[in-house]
Amino acid sequence: MAIDLFQFREFRIRDYHALLRRGEISVEELLEAFLQRIGSVDGQIRAFLSLNEEGARIRAQKLDRDIPPDEFPPLWGIPVGVKDNICTEGLPTTCGSRILYNFIAPYDATVVEKLKRAGAIIVGKTNMDEFAMGSSTENSAFGPTRNPFDLRRVPGGSSGGSAAALASLETPLALGSDTGGSVRQPASFCGVVGLRPTYGRVSRYGLVSFASSLDQVGPMARNVEDCITLFEVISGSDGKDSTCAPYPPFSRQDIPKEEEIRKMKVGIPREYFSSGVDEAIVRRIEEVLDLLRREGLECVEVSLPHTDCALEAYYIVAPAEASSNLARYDGVLYGLREEGSTLQEMYCRTRTAGFGKEVKRRIILGTYSLSSGYYDDYYLKGMKVRTLVRKDFEEALQKCHFLVTPVSPCFPFFLGERTQSPYEMYLADVFTIPSAMAGIPGISINCGYENGLPIGLQILGGPFREGWVFGLALFLEKMLSLSSPFPLLPERS
Amino acid sequence: MADFYVTIGLEVHCQLLTRTKMFCQCGTDYIGKAPNTLVCPVCMGIPGSLPVLNEKALELAIKTALAFRCEILPQVVFHRKNYFYPDLPKGYQISQYNFPVGVNGFVEFFTQGTKKRVRIKRVHVEEDAGKLIHEGLGLPPNSSGVDFNRCGIPLVEIVTEPDIHSPEEARDYLVMLRSMVRYIGASDGNMEEGSLRCDANVSVSPSPLELGTKVEVKNMNSFRSVFRALHYEIERQKRVLLEGGMVIQETRHWDEREGMTVSARGKEEAEDYRYFPDPDLLPVAIKPEDVEEIEKTLPELPLERRERFMTEYELTESEAGILTQEKDIADFFEACLREFRKPRLVCNWMLTEVLKNLNELNIDIMQSKITPGSLVELIKMVDKKEISGTIAKDILEEMFVSGGKVKEIMARKGISFITSEKELERIAREAIEKNPQSVADYLSGKEKALHFLIGQVMKMTRGQADPETVKSLLLKELSSGE
Ligand SMILES: [Zn+2]
Repeated sequence: MAIDLFQFREFRIRDYHALLRRGEISVEELLEAFLQRIGSVDGQIRAFLSLNEEGARIRAQKLDRDIPPDEFPPLWGIPVGVKDNICTEGLPTTCGSRILYNFIAPYDATVVEKLKRAGAIIVGKTNMDEFAMGSSTENSAFGPTRNPFDLRRVPGGSSGGSAAALASLETPLALGSDTGGSVRQPASFCGVVGLRPTYGRVSRYGLVSFASSLDQVGPMARNVEDCITLFEVISGSDGKDSTCAPYPPFSRQDIPKEEEIRKMKVGIPREYFSSGVDEAIVRRIEEVLDLLRREGLECVEVSLPHTDCALEAYYIVAPAEASSNLARYDGVLYGLREEGSTLQEMYCRTRTAGFGKEVKRRIILGTYSLSSGYYDDYYLKGMKVRTLVRKDFEEALQKCHFLVTPVSPCFPFFLGERTQSPYEMYLADVFTIPSAMAGIPGISINCGYENGLPIGLQILGGPFREGWVFGLALFLEKMLSLSSPFPLLPERS
Repeated sequence: MADFYVTIGLEVHCQLLTRTKMFCQCGTDYIGKAPNTLVCPVCMGIPGSLPVLNEKALELAIKTALAFRCEILPQVVFHRKNYFYPDLPKGYQISQYNFPVGVNGFVEFFTQGTKKRVRIKRVHVEEDAGKLIHEGLGLPPNSSGVDFNRCGIPLVEIVTEPDIHSPEEARDYLVMLRSMVRYIGASDGNMEEGSLRCDANVSVSPSPLELGTKVEVKNMNSFRSVFRALHYEIERQKRVLLEGGMVIQETRHWDEREGMTVSARGKEEAEDYRYFPDPDLLPVAIKPEDVEEIEKTLPELPLERRERFMTEYELTESEAGILTQEKDIADFFEACLREFRKPRLVCNWMLTEVLKNLNELNIDIMQSKITPGSLVELIKMVDKKEISGTIAKDILEEMFVSGGKVKEIMARKGISFITSEKELERIAREAIEKNPQSVADYLSGKEKALHFLIGQVMKMTRGQADPETVKSLLLKELSSGE
């Protein structure tokens, strides 16, 4: 049975499950529909680095054979795209890097184990900036992903592959990872939903480390409800990750009802509406805030005075951790090896050939700031700024329940537009980095379009307040009643 | 320029006796295992894997720090020590830096007849690295392999202040250290098998008021090689100074075969390990009540026990030293005394026969089959002259191997009691009566004839008599018969 995916554009997991339960389609047919969609559009978008067609089909057939009697496990038969820095047993896990071009993960990340247990089908691994370092997916060693809304533009990054795959309905669900904005910024650029959970809410076991104290796996979806479902599946404590909080998985019962949301208070951090932000974005966010006021929510202005230094501190702390986390790619045990006549030479050749420019830049930056004599002035100071940034949010969130801000100061830019200027590229994350430094949750949802390009709105909450964040996100999604993205791509010639 | 002042500081690493590795579930009994059979993604540093602290390792490290009289810091932090080497799969070692387990301790021990105190600078816990293999195992020529079985085993590092002033003191410190870590069950302290490793910082100065240039000596793999290496290095530095030269601050490797230290320069440039707190591991708060709990599990330590043995059992310093070096030996000794309170007698048996048998069999007392009860039974029988010393030694040997009570062994070997000297006198007379020729020979001055008569008595008693007793009995009989 040929399925026209266009009918799925507004589907949620519950709708797929309804079809499956009524026997209108099989899991295998559903999977085939998505594989076909990937086959027809991914040549242009390049959201996937590798596909798991064989494994996915076998799994779909197995799921069809043992359809559960009544209640479906939450992700039964649902295809999921997994960012290529999350380990999937038996599948390539390259992190978008040449140094891991041949690396097949020998084990499943905890989040992948949880996906499988919930009945999901891993459909493939999505493209990303090398080791999650970047904001455009242009730093992938295997070529950039393109924004489905405009193929000349970037999808954002580093989880650009996951965001683009969702926007073009190559997959209904995807996992990303957010270190400084890598889930939220591409979600914003591609008009989809992406959550950065509270640090420690989701296990990092099996997420290849970039900056351990900042990395979080984040659920990404085409609508808030699916994002919640995915979050319920992947969240919760894990004995394999010491930094994972000892709490049970998130439950949607923690999401306030609409009437409660109407009584809550929204904080507007003035630093996030400054001159550096595209006027159209500010205008749209302010329209949304007006709408919230009209719906009865109180909006108060708050201040996050250390916003400016947060970016700079991030570019000390994250590269420092990265310089150490990436030391293991030395050609000895796995991945790329370039032989040399001495050990030193093998290390140098391997790492020279294996890492891209941005990764090298950050390794050097991080090595420098950890060096003796510089440690106090850079790394330690960076950590102190981090404490100040966290306090900013603590204070602001005492005056309100959540903060509403733009996700990105700019619209999706053209490929190559910022690659020559790393600092300009770094500025793309200016509104997502501070909350990552503070370890608090944040979601990016679409709040409108300008010239056919999506605008993302960010909701930030206190630690472990994903419930409130989702509550407002659901409320806004309903109020705005925007249709889920389904960019019409030009026919391939 | 006659006098030189020698200053030595020691850094000792001991593998902790945990069942699993420091940050994963892999086993630690790597001796004799095929390479890379005790490994997992965590200890192999596979991308995405994360460490989870084995609390037993921390507990044993705290126990060690307490035994060395350290202050236990209220918060323990794990740092990454960054450097590249193929035996280090993550490119960093998880170690400790400015928040170790314990600081400012000390240890006391006897050296050259006096009691000495060495201050302990710090005790910290870290993970072991893998091991490079350069030949065998089907490796192609000019290549090396890495075995990660050892990688991730917890190590405790015990660092002294520069309070040691001779190779003898260094050796005696190490003997005490090993004894202590074995007493508290933290490590088996086996230097030959690599579960105890020692690096030394050595300097020589013409003045007692200032330290000389510090040289680090590595690669010593027995107590003897530490002693020899320190001796060599001190003499080398003295020679350099006497010749008007300057000692260079460097790392030198001990070459066991050549008997000398060799500069390792060029191999290690000034290393910057870029220590920083490991963001994968949270700092661990150490609660005072937990420390108290661990302190309660500390046994009486070797030095205290030695001093108690000297006063309580009136043993000499050296006797008490030998008996208390190994906890199991000291425990065995005291178990014997609980049944038979003759410390002098038991001590003599322990120091001669028991230790001799253990050495010959090359086993620990716990591995042998002997029990305090059976040893006491044996000593008592000798004490009552129910059996001869010679027989007792035979029985003892049997006890070590196959165990059992004295009487069981006697029955098994067909040995009966010699109830009295009267019985032996009767046998001696019988031998004299049966061998008039030998008696005549002896009386005419042939010493050999006496040996023949002793042999006859031994035969008639089936070897149960003590030859010395037999000899004196025969001599008595022969002289009375004249
Ligand atoms: Zn392991």
